[in-house]
Amino acid sequence: MLSRVAEALFWVGRYVERAEDTARLLDVQFHQVVEDPATDEAETCRVLAAVMGVEADPPHEIRETLEVLGYQRDNPSSIVGALLAARQNARGARESLSADIWECLNTTYHELPLRIEAARAFGPAPFFSYVRQRAAMLGGHAEATMSRDHGFDFLVLGRSVERVDMTARLLAATVSTPSPEDGWIATLRACSAHEAYLRTYQRGVEPQLVLEFLLLDRLFPRSVFHALVVGEEALTRLDPMATQGRAGNDARRVIGRTRTDLEFLPSDAVLEDLPKRLHDLQTAMSEVSDAVSRRFFGDSTMIGWSLEESRR
Amino acid sequence: MGSLFDSYHSVAYDEMFAGDGAPHPHTKALFDALQLLSSADLEERVGVLQRSLRDQGITFSHAGQEWIFPLDLIPRLIPTAEWELIEAGVIQRVRALEAFLADIYGARTVLADGIVPQAVIASSTNFYRAAAGLEPANGVRVHIAGIDLIRDGEGVLRVLEDNVRVPSGISYVVENRRTMARVFPGLFLEQRVQPVAQHIALLFAALRSSAPAGVDDPTVVLLTPGVYNSAYFEHAFLARKMGIELVEGRDLFCRDNVLYMRTTSGERRVHVLYRRVDDDYLDPVHFRSGSVVGCPGVLNAARAGNVTIANAVGNGVADDKLIYTYVPALIEYYLGEKPALPNVPTYRLDEPEVLEDCIARIDQLVLKPVDGSGGYGLLIGPQASEEEIESTRAQVLENPRGWIAQEVVMLSTSPSLDGEKLAPRHVDLRPFAINDGGQVRVLPGGLTRVALREGSLVVNSSQGGGSKDTWVLTSRPVRGDEPDPVAPMPTPAVKASAPDLGPQSDQPQQQQQGCAPC
Repeated sequence: MLSRVAEALFWVGRYVERAEDTARLLDVQFHQVVEDPATDEAETCRVLAAVMGVEADPPHEIRETLEVLGYQRDNPSSIVGALLAARQNARGARESLSADIWECLNTTYHELPLRIEAARAFGPAPFFSYVRQRAAMLGGHAEATMSRDHGFDFLVLGRSVERVDMTARLLAATVSTPSPEDGWIATLRACSAHEAYLRTYQRGVEPQLVLEFLLLDRLFPRSVFHALVVGEEALTRLDPMATQGRAGNDARRVIGRTRTDLEFLPSDAVLEDLPKRLHDLQTAMSEVSDAVSRRFFGDSTMIGWSLEESRR
Repeated sequence: MGSLFDSYHSVAYDEMFAGDGAPHPHTKALFDALQLLSSADLEERVGVLQRSLRDQGITFSHAGQEWIFPLDLIPRLIPTAEWELIEAGVIQRVRALEAFLADIYGARTVLADGIVPQAVIASSTNFYRAAAGLEPANGVRVHIAGIDLIRDGEGVLRVLEDNVRVPSGISYVVENRRTMARVFPGLFLEQRVQPVAQHIALLFAALRSSAPAGVDDPTVVLLTPGVYNSAYFEHAFLARKMGIELVEGRDLFCRDNVLYMRTTSGERRVHVLYRRVDDDYLDPVHFRSGSVVGCPGVLNAARAGNVTIANAVGNGVADDKLIYTYVPALIEYYLGEKPALPNVPTYRLDEPEVLEDCIARIDQLVLKPVDGSGGYGLLIGPQASEEEIESTRAQVLENPRGWIAQEVVMLSTSPSLDGEKLAPRHVDLRPFAINDGGQVRVLPGGLTRVALREGSLVVNSSQGGGSKDTWVLTSRPVRGDEPDPVAPMPTPAVKASAPDLGPQSDQPQQQQQGCAPC
């Protein structure tokens, strides 16, 4: 398939996952501040800004944080920015997407202004659940209407890479808050993992078990390990030669190494060096993303178009 | 007064306004916030709230149908000092009832000492001989209790009844708060409200700690009568939030005094049975032999110390409304303390002179069956018709032990949404207490039930009642008044780079501009 189209699909996967995960993160942190008066609002905002890489002038109030990480249009790591970027990418590859997928993203784009307005007036909860629904809808359409060709693999790969990256950020947010004890349930909720966790362990929420579950669980689809496995499988399908003896491509090497590190990590070691481990996960995913670009997308991003002179 | 409160006038003690029409000090902030709202805004929020309740399926079953348990948009506020009184009163009551139950199914000193007459116990329909001598593992019989409180015309909080069998409503407390935080986040940001989210975890911890001796990692299950039970939503909710199996009677069986459940990977032992099935139906070997919602042999398994039943079998004797009249005496007898929360003035109809007096003025009293719940069979004299009074009078005369009489208490009111306006509606309060064997804890808040029909004094959901989110305000300063922290927290290593950017973000777009048709 065309590199340009492949790249667009990869980024649709990443941006939609980013929008969804950011919505989950903000949902939980916002309602934590609202429901529990003991939460330090300014500190929560600082941590959110830090884990999401907001450099300049981090907000101090949770409502400002919602503006920056939720509704800002020109910030591709805000929810709205990510959704716009996803649509923009899909637009460039419309011919190879199913109509359902394009429509899903395009409808979202057109509904956003009203949703944002309602969120500002009445509270953000319906907005967050809307974003999650749209992301789930896109996933469902992809599942149901896309051929299992390389296009699908790129979409899945993008989604998996982003999920690992965002889960690492989410955990970093938890361990960085002043009293992480309160944050572990919130973290599980942000991953829709609270009930799955309780079913798995049948006991109260304990930090080590939460980390074990969100990093290492083999069955839960939002765990880092599971996302790595899914991403690795997609890469293998994209580049089957890589398994046949030769060194293979960098992306597989990095994702495979990361997966192996987690696979054989003893569960009592998850708390050791945690901030570094989470940081390394994010760096590794950046490397994977770069390597995928080099290997499959070539120089397509480098081509700049100049504006065609208007004819007189 | 703002438009929402136009023509607001309460005939009873009001939870929001003092006698002079100004808000109580602790409700001032809420009043000010509500003043600013338009009815259009309120309408929008009501819409969101209704959709949210409907989508989540927060329902109860009544007369064969599923109904949404209405949540009123206006919260009920409890100031810190008053909460401390409630907390102390409820803890005291639960401790006294625990002691009473242990005594009545054990040494029975309370009878020997003449505090409670033997006949009252013997005649209680909820006293079960089968529970005598059954010692729970960590000494707890009341794992969870709901104590119903009301406020009378003078503003005094009184205990209306005790629920130590299978009190329901805790799921609505948690869900109401969750919903309110999503519908009205702004209100919370301006006040300090004690959170309720940890309630279920505390209940789960209490259930785990009641496991039979020697079991480190107990299997807890919740036994429900099934989807047609009025509280099925709560059963499913609690099981989900605790991550335990929701079982029905047919999923369980006993062998050699050990309780098991049937699973796809074979039989699995159960250590703690949190049952939401009444005693009568729990074990056909001992109680109603026709019951299919229970599990035969479970009582013997409990007696053998192989499973804990929570709440314990036989607790109903403490709920008996005639025993209720003895609870203040029980508090003094067992704890040597004065009751922190008084009872509602109540008459014992098993005493002939009292009976005669009460029957004579039955149209001014409230008559209640001693083993009733849910507001069924209740007679409110001043609001009842001739026929209702006649029918109740006949029933009382036939079985005086089965009834108590109480003075009518004008329940306090709280502003509630009625169309586009706020109107006073009568409320009660059910705080929940959890006993894990080491400590009795009262969950901050509780379920405020509200009689949504104008003038009605019956708050039960089966009779047109709804609920309100209940806010216990904390004494900590409100947001913004805090002094700056002396030493800011050291910043751990959360130095993350911004997320990767895709190809489109900085790529100029090609556009053909101004193409005029040639």
